[in-house]
Amino acid sequence: MELVVFVIAAAMVLVGAVGVIVRNNPVHAALSLILTLFGVAVMFVALEAHFIAAVQVIVYAGAIVVLFLFVIMLLGVDRAEDLKAEPFRLQRPLAAVLGIGTAGLVIAAVVSARDAIGSGGALQTPDLTGDGDSNIRELARSVFGDYVVAFELTSVLLVVAVVGTVMLTRRVKSGVKSEKGE
Amino acid sequence: MNEVLAVATPTTTWYLILAALLFAIGAVGVLVRRNPLVMFMCIELMLNAVNLSFVALAKRLGDIGGQTTVFFVMVVAAAEVVVGLGIIVSIMRRRPGATADDVAELKG
Repeated sequence: MELVVFVIAAAMVLVGAVGVIVRNNPVHAALSLILTLFGVAVMFVALEAHFIAAVQVIVYAGAIVVLFLFVIMLLGVDRAEDLKAEPFRLQRPLAAVLGIGTAGLVIAAVVSARDAIGSGGALQTPDLTGDGDSNIRELARSVFGDYVVAFELTSVLLVVAVVGTVMLTRRVKSGVKSEKGE
Repeated sequence: MNEVLAVATPTTTWYLILAALLFAIGAVGVLVRRNPLVMFMCIELMLNAVNLSFVALAKRLGDIGGQTTVFFVMVVAAAEVVVGLGIIVSIMRRRPGATADDVAELKG
């Protein structure tokens, strides 16, 4: 059963990821990205990270991809990019070599360390399993206990990001004198 | 058949290999694509690959700290997307259809 879930979710993840980089229409790439994000959310559920899975769907699929689609459609940059034209010679082959090299090296490291990380079977973790909301309780104790300063700092980060974006994208009204000759 | 399924239970190694593949696909996308929006999506792919390996190891080690890290990564990714899309909007407004090759100077 777990095997079936893993295979289906892995297929979703890989098909979506390949779709992001080969579809030449940005809207199609964004929809492929949603497929990948849902596959990763399924894997989070399979790994008993229920709260993170919910956040993945809400924040990534629900907010970030919608933000991408908003920008694509507001700017009208949804015309297809010509993927046949290669701007620099050797760019694609070098990128492929780097991608295969990265994947190969990381997979070799993981496989060579499989005894240390235990490929013989997933370890039972009593504090992460149990009744339905124990995962959320554990995570809350961690976020609001050990990492509460970092949690407060993320709120500052979000406010800075929002204010910075408003400053970046605001249009200066023609009647108002602008300070930098915009 | 049931014995085969019992033996072939996905382990932490499988998740880590999948995360490596996802990261490599995202890296190739950043290098190959020239539309800044699609490059951003590929960065999201790479972030998700790292999140997947964090959660897999959190399960394996029985440590909730991995999931906490994923939580903070998601917050920072959201802030990063907001700022990055703001920059892309202001670039595109000045030069419609700009690709990554056209953005060679800081003052658009």
